[in-house]
Amino acid sequence: MAARDTRARSSDFLRLVLLICLSVVVMLADRRTEYLQGVRSTLSVVTTPLQLIASTPDRIGSWFQDLFTSEESVNQANTRLRGDNMKLRARLQRMQALEAENASLRRLLAAAEKVPDQVLMAELVDVSLDPYTHKLIVNRGVTDGIYVGQPVLDPQGVMGQVTETMPFTSAVTLITDPSHATPVQVERNGLRAITFGTGNADKLKVSYLTHNADIKIGDVLVTSGMGGRFPAGYPVAEIKEIIRDASEAFLRIAATPVARLERSKQVLLVWQGIGKNFSDNLKDVE
Amino acid sequence: MNGARWLVIGLTFVAAFVLNLIPLPGWALPYRPDWVVLVLIYWCLAIPDRFGTGMGWMIGLLVDVTNANLLGVHALGMATLAYLTGRLHLRIRMFPWWQQSLSILLLLLIYKSLVGWMRSLLGELQFDWMYWMSSLIGVMIWPWLFIVMRDLRRYARIA
Repeated sequence: MAARDTRARSSDFLRLVLLICLSVVVMLADRRTEYLQGVRSTLSVVTTPLQLIASTPDRIGSWFQDLFTSEESVNQANTRLRGDNMKLRARLQRMQALEAENASLRRLLAAAEKVPDQVLMAELVDVSLDPYTHKLIVNRGVTDGIYVGQPVLDPQGVMGQVTETMPFTSAVTLITDPSHATPVQVERNGLRAITFGTGNADKLKVSYLTHNADIKIGDVLVTSGMGGRFPAGYPVAEIKEIIRDASEAFLRIAATPVARLERSKQVLLVWQGIGKNFSDNLKDVE
Repeated sequence: MNGARWLVIGLTFVAAFVLNLIPLPGWALPYRPDWVVLVLIYWCLAIPDRFGTGMGWMIGLLVDVTNANLLGVHALGMATLAYLTGRLHLRIRMFPWWQQSLSILLLLLIYKSLVGWMRSLLGELQFDWMYWMSSLIGVMIWPWLFIVMRDLRRYARIA
């Protein structure tokens, strides 16, 4: 009996060692290669329903809210939205003219024409991942053509990029994730920099700017398009604090994200430069 | 043990996963106990010869997918946790409740530090003291969870 017990115990330990080795291999493979996307997709058959179940209270809540919203407030909202729509359309007309002008100027300069981006609207699956994960789940996946590395925006600015894709959902890593870096430039003067996530939902740090850099509080940082991940010109953050410490080689700069990372329920997924005209390319607005 | 009983075990994990994912306001998130880990510990204590390291690894892999982090991190943590629980199950089952709670706290902390250490190496996580809060809450919930799960196990005649 005792002998069998020891044998069972040592085989159990052996299994643990094997599984630990397997985990390390899986981690390396997932980090360095794309081979495990299939495994993730397969397992998401189990996990996506779990996420959907967890988000039902919220969906039932908003359904009730819709049910009991008075006609008056709907009418009010409708009027407001009409107004917004008019204003946006007016601005769009100007933008179309500017787009055309820009294209013809670029042709004169013999520069490559900038192609507008195509966007798809997605909704968040309302689940709370663990508090140290700066990621969101959205309800679009591989079947909608979502790919890893795709930029994600909200109406205010850049939110992050898609890092995991599954058949019907995908995970978006926010720009505030400690492992995320975003190439930006100062809107005012084109000074290039990189913002890093801090793990804090309303703080980014801007690194590697020297003491003579022309940057001040209130400057808006927009994507620079460097690295090719994010299309150029979308707002990312606003400078909140600059600490000039002569004993350090670089400035210590804190910025606040422009996008409402914690409150946006709808996000936009962007395909860079596929479409012909921005306004025609809202693929699907529900 | 037949399929229906595995189904009961599976459903306890479904409930645990859902409880782990239900949206909470930001300030409350660090206080949420890790239900999946607690349920895993329970089954490793209750039926150690059928539920152990391998199952822990698979549950962990599912956690990695739901949490959208690097595959293998929670799998490694949960396999280790399941192994340790299996090794200690006889002792833990004999302990009075406060000693049992202490050993559960120890297991939770070992798991949390293992996962936290790996995730900070990968640059996914920055430690603060709130990181350990979920383990404390978990241990406060444990005695009640244990009773509920034991009743369920007896009702479903899983032994």
